[in-house]
Amino acid sequence: MLNVTNISVTFNEGTLDEKKALNGIELEMAAGDFVTVIGSNGAGKSTLMNVVSGNILPDAGDVIIGGKQVVHLPEYKRSAFIGRVFQDPMAGTAPSMTIEENLAMAYSRDKKRRLKFGVTKKRKDMFRDYLKTLNLGLEDRLSAKVGLLSGGERQALSLLMATFTNPNILLLDEHTAALDPSRAELITSLTEKVVRESGLTTLMVTHNMQQALDLGNRLIMMDKGQIIFEANGEEKERLTVKDLLQEFQRIRGEQFEDDRAVLG
Amino acid sequence: MFISMFGAVESGVIYAIMALGVYLTFRVLDFPDLTVDGSFVTGASVAALSIVNGVPPILATLFALLAGFLAGCITGLLHTKGKVNALLSGILMMTALYSINLRILGQPTLSMLHETTIFKQLGSFWSVTGIDNALNSLLGVFGLDRLPSTWAILTVMAVVTVIIKLVTDFYLKTEVGLALRAIGDNKRMIRSLSANTDNLTIVGVGLSNGLVALSGALIGQLGGFADVNMGIGMIVIGLASVIIGEALFGTKTIARATLAVIGGAIIYRIIVTLALRVDFLETGDMKFITAAIVIIALVAPKVHQVQREKKRRIQKRKQLGGDSHA
Repeated sequence: MLNVTNISVTFNEGTLDEKKALNGIELEMAAGDFVTVIGSNGAGKSTLMNVVSGNILPDAGDVIIGGKQVVHLPEYKRSAFIGRVFQDPMAGTAPSMTIEENLAMAYSRDKKRRLKFGVTKKRKDMFRDYLKTLNLGLEDRLSAKVGLLSGGERQALSLLMATFTNPNILLLDEHTAALDPSRAELITSLTEKVVRESGLTTLMVTHNMQQALDLGNRLIMMDKGQIIFEANGEEKERLTVKDLLQEFQRIRGEQFEDDRAVLG
Repeated sequence: MFISMFGAVESGVIYAIMALGVYLTFRVLDFPDLTVDGSFVTGASVAALSIVNGVPPILATLFALLAGFLAGCITGLLHTKGKVNALLSGILMMTALYSINLRILGQPTLSMLHETTIFKQLGSFWSVTGIDNALNSLLGVFGLDRLPSTWAILTVMAVVTVIIKLVTDFYLKTEVGLALRAIGDNKRMIRSLSANTDNLTIVGVGLSNGLVALSGALIGQLGGFADVNMGIGMIVIGLASVIIGEALFGTKTIARATLAVIGGAIIYRIIVTLALRVDFLETGDMKFITAAIVIIALVAPKVHQVQREKKRRIQKRKQLGGDSHA
């Protein structure tokens, strides 16, 4: 479903600050794969995500989604078939618009936007059914402004908005990192449920190793713009946080430098 | 008094169309668009030139709308494709339009006094109905002796403005309109929901300036002339209308907000009329008064909030028991 081949990205090329953010990344995801990506700060996780979503154009390499070359498509065109949840709970929803209006905008993702009412009776019923799956009582607050919701509720809504049109790819960019632990847990379990039920091909970046182990069927570890470790299926099931840290030390010969990754 | 109030409401209803345009950019798109000062005059100039050259007034007015739309689109292009700062792209366009307007007019002021304007046509239709006599004799009962010469302009323009308001309301609730509103609210989100934010912004700023130019064309025909300087400070007048309206009538829904903007535009005109009756104020002071209104409307709520917060803290401190630390 997603093929990333030989992607290289260099920031500030030709200056003292030159940084190779991605160096020949190769990643192949079959339909229904759920890949979690870990790595320390500056490893290139977010850059990889931005290359897939179209925020960053790579120097070289291909991004193929569902057999279609998309590397030259601008972000807004690509996002017709990519759903995305950002780290910032405020980033995925429009605060001064209502819940139903936000959902209507997400519903238009893969369709041409027309001069017809965005929120109709029929759509309201549909939105209500989707919101019920969140179990947050949002189905009774369709006409409430999203700005009134808590961070956790907004992130849950963002997750729903990113997924309910069944995009080819779902990108989760540390989407629980800015929430308090109980809210983060809620969003994590919602993510697990949504991805399992809809079978979305998912790429998730996280700082939290435990979360990376709990979710998904594949795990990759990145460092200095390269994928340095990969575990699939049963092999991943058996991994622990300790294994991952040891693995990092064995490959790189240095300590994994990020406390957040271990502490959560 | 009644007659000057009547005039204020009459022109207020027309200026409301301009205020709706300003609302579209300033509030919906969150794009402080200064093109308005230029596109208002462009509207008046295009209409005046067309009418003087024998184009039917209704068509001339539509030309004006189209010219404003184009001017707005260029501002939008500068900002989105040219990556020019929003304020600067408006200022650049406004400056360029000054010369363009002068070229359109051919002279600083173009008179339409001897031409058939849209309102003169309207007046000849209207006089057949006899509504003026009915209304004026009704008012005469209340002892008003100086009565407006015609109710045609007020009535018809009120209907036109309300229709524009309703169309705007509808537009902002369509799938396209929702995306447009999201640009002003959370641009990153709507881009990740596959909306072409550049094109939407360009069309949005275009529509806004189309309305502004339409308003300019009508004001020009109402006054019987187009002047290259008639747009100076127009954006501040638009802002004043939007802010006054929002403060008085609220913004809970789109329909409410657009109604508030119309109300704000009319009330602004009434304020101006009243201010001009004050002895020591001159016509030239109007811009200052307008700026002062906008400044007060922008600053007062913040000052009020800070004061309230201060009071709350003092009270809280007292409750918690006599700590004299201030």
